[in-house]
Amino acid sequence: MHSLQTVVDLSRWQFAATALYHFLFVPLTLGLSFLLAAMETVYVTTGRKIYKDMALFWGKLFAINFALGVATGLTMEFQFGTNWSQYSRFVGDVFGAPLAIEGLMAFFLESTFVGLMFFGWDRMSRGKHLLVTYMVALGSNLSALWILVANGFMQSPREAVFNPVTMRLELTSFADLIFSGDAQAKFVHTSIAGYVTAAMFVAGISGWYMLRNRHMELAKRSFRMAALFGVFASIGVISLGDALGFIDGGAQPAKLVAMEAMWKTRTPPAGFNVIAFPSQKQQRNLYEIQIPKLLTPLVTRTMDTVIPGADEVENQAMVRMKDGIPAVLALKTLSADPTNQPALAQFKAHEQDMGYALLLKRYAPDLRAATPADYQRAARAVIPNVAVIFWSFRVMVLAGFSMLFYLGVAAYCSLNNRVQDRRWLLKLAPWLIPAPFIACEAGWLVAEMGRQPWTVYGVLPTWMSVSTHSVGYLVFSLTGFVLIYSAFIVVEAYLMLKFIRKGPDEGRLAAPLH
Amino acid sequence: MELYAVLKITWWLLLGVLLIGLAVMVGMDMGIGAALRYFGRTDGERRAVLNMIGPHWDGNQVWFILGGGAVFAAWPTIYATAFSGLYIVMLLLLWSMIIRPLGFEYRSKLPSPSWRNLWDWGLFVSGLLPMVIFGAAIGNMLLGVPFHFNWYLESWYTGSFISLFNPFAILCGLMSLLLALYQGSAMVMNRGEGAVRERARRLGTWAGLLALALFTAGGFWVARLSGYVVTSGDDPAGPAMPLRKIVEMVQGAWLHNFSAYPVLWLVPGLTYVGVLAGVWALRRGWSHFGWWLGALGWIGTIGTVGAAMFPFMMPSSSNPSQSLTVWDASSSQTTLLWMLGWTIVFVPIVLIYTSWAFWIMRGKVTPAHVEGNDHAY
Repeated sequence: MHSLQTVVDLSRWQFAATALYHFLFVPLTLGLSFLLAAMETVYVTTGRKIYKDMALFWGKLFAINFALGVATGLTMEFQFGTNWSQYSRFVGDVFGAPLAIEGLMAFFLESTFVGLMFFGWDRMSRGKHLLVTYMVALGSNLSALWILVANGFMQSPREAVFNPVTMRLELTSFADLIFSGDAQAKFVHTSIAGYVTAAMFVAGISGWYMLRNRHMELAKRSFRMAALFGVFASIGVISLGDALGFIDGGAQPAKLVAMEAMWKTRTPPAGFNVIAFPSQKQQRNLYEIQIPKLLTPLVTRTMDTVIPGADEVENQAMVRMKDGIPAVLALKTLSADPTNQPALAQFKAHEQDMGYALLLKRYAPDLRAATPADYQRAARAVIPNVAVIFWSFRVMVLAGFSMLFYLGVAAYCSLNNRVQDRRWLLKLAPWLIPAPFIACEAGWLVAEMGRQPWTVYGVLPTWMSVSTHSVGYLVFSLTGFVLIYSAFIVVEAYLMLKFIRKGPDEGRLAAPLH
Repeated sequence: MELYAVLKITWWLLLGVLLIGLAVMVGMDMGIGAALRYFGRTDGERRAVLNMIGPHWDGNQVWFILGGGAVFAAWPTIYATAFSGLYIVMLLLLWSMIIRPLGFEYRSKLPSPSWRNLWDWGLFVSGLLPMVIFGAAIGNMLLGVPFHFNWYLESWYTGSFISLFNPFAILCGLMSLLLALYQGSAMVMNRGEGAVRERARRLGTWAGLLALALFTAGGFWVARLSGYVVTSGDDPAGPAMPLRKIVEMVQGAWLHNFSAYPVLWLVPGLTYVGVLAGVWALRRGWSHFGWWLGALGWIGTIGTVGAAMFPFMMPSSSNPSQSLTVWDASSSQTTLLWMLGWTIVFVPIVLIYTSWAFWIMRGKVTPAHVEGNDHAY
């Protein structure tokens, strides 16, 4: 048991580390591809060469970032199978489909056209090249769509049933898979977060140039486009985030408990914790600052709906654990004889709570002998890490509103053509470049850590999802990833900074590298 | 035949198509990566060679990504069992492959020779190792892999990492590398000039002939191997449950399909025709024709493995009756049907714009051309 826990923990660390690392590069690709398309559109429609210079310069930074996005994306495709093989077998019938469609519909599009975007400038008409650039943007955003459809299934699996004959989840409705509310809201939220990232990135670097009086023409125009693009995107990302909170709050009460550090169910309208220092062990906040009555209208859009606290969520979980046990017990009979009618009936009667019994199995391997103490421990595990999720959520929201505020002011000054005189605005710009990246990472922590202890919410517990590896295998792979990824980020950051310092080639044709 | 059985066979064929796409397109790029320092003796020549596939390697790589995604969607039990069982090998494959995007994108960004040499060797490793591992993985499928399931289908791999690099698997790995070198050489001939083109012709010739020699040796080896035969419980339209059949290991069983359907001998024949005619075409300087003939060689090679193993996909050497076959390792009928719909719509579209991309970028790539282009690798 001890080594299983270590394997689960190390597998989670490895997935989290490689996924968060991958997502350092993805948002910039999502957003910058559209900004490049926008710059090129202005070039093609007005014929002013400065906009082509802009597309070329930002395109170069796009390429440096893109390479690492592609490289680290490969890891994600592998890792479900290598480290989460029981998960993959259990849900492949549902979860595999959006991943395959992503490759077919989105990744081919993005990757084929990105080559033409970089290499095809002199090989086709302006209009065709513009179309190519739009295809890159479309492809990368469609790719995000399918990944988030897959993720939406993990967050609220409504489109699949467990088949006791094949011992796995099977797809019941393809339409429900695609049109899951969670997936749709999250796709828009995530891809627009990418637009904000790109906007902040371009605005930050352009501000840095303007402060030094370098590349003024290019920097001014880039700054203005980025600020305008960014201000709309920020509004979008915040409103969709709000919608997502509404959807998630309904679908995953335990995640909401963690996001708001709400240990006890309170009579509505409940207060909103601005600051809290939660203790998972004592199931209470050691310290909190609360705005009264705010939480209930915020998450339920009403004043009198009860929001379940940790106590209520745990109690419900215990009921469901108990109810799910007969389903798990029936499975063993069904595995030997899938036509056994009493076992089938027993399974059907309890299948909706089977996931909870599987969760309990972690603490009571023989479910028939589960003690109240086992139930208690399993119920505690239903509440994810409150401190991390509570604070990640607040960091994300704070970063989001700071960027909205900054980009709003920047867009206003930029449209009035007064940015050059607002030195504080320009000085602040490069310092805000990390903000969107931090917000994106924090958002994923909320989404994924908030789903624990499940890989598929309420259906498949994380502890049952891992591959049957030895601890040594995990130590080997995790060490390898840390070494390789550290080397990669150093190289990437070095090249990125070097090309930012060097700046665009103004007026000259291509400086050859010798 | 029932719809579910037809869908399973269709997806088995589509998996073949994906593997062939992967072998031809990614193999070409990897062959070029592995032989980069042979094709190009000067930095200018090497950059020219890199830029021949510069606009295409990323799109080509999607064959690999789609291959993974399609196995996940259509053959989830195989995706789960193979990727976790072959853990260390998969990591080596992954780690060598992720060097490649950086190799292409970053190599020529700095002028320092030691920087460029470093990435050249990175491209060498990320071309050579994955092709050997692909081939060795197929070889191990022919041998069978030591894995078994418990009653709720959790898979356990009981072999060692090093046993995956047995002599037969290494032979398959080298054959795969040689075909990749052939395909890469044909591409370099297509877009190269002068000395670079000459070197590619020489490498393509030798790689093709050696690949055929290994293919022949592998054929004799396979005839003596213990293959797998389902003796009962085979149900083509049955559920994806691999624990309800009996399988026996029989020496020479991988030739049973060929004895039952002699027409199948045409499949390995394709490899001989494709590669021999391809070598001849490269000698004559018809490298475009040679490229397509190399693709035919891949079709023959992967087709031969499929024809020999059908209906087996991933046999278990430690518990043969739990082997994974076409009939018991697939997704549900609903998923297979939906995925087939997406494939029918999108594969033609992908082929059209990929061809357009190659057409736009057609023509020779020379060191001079690279020097004058700001976006070149």
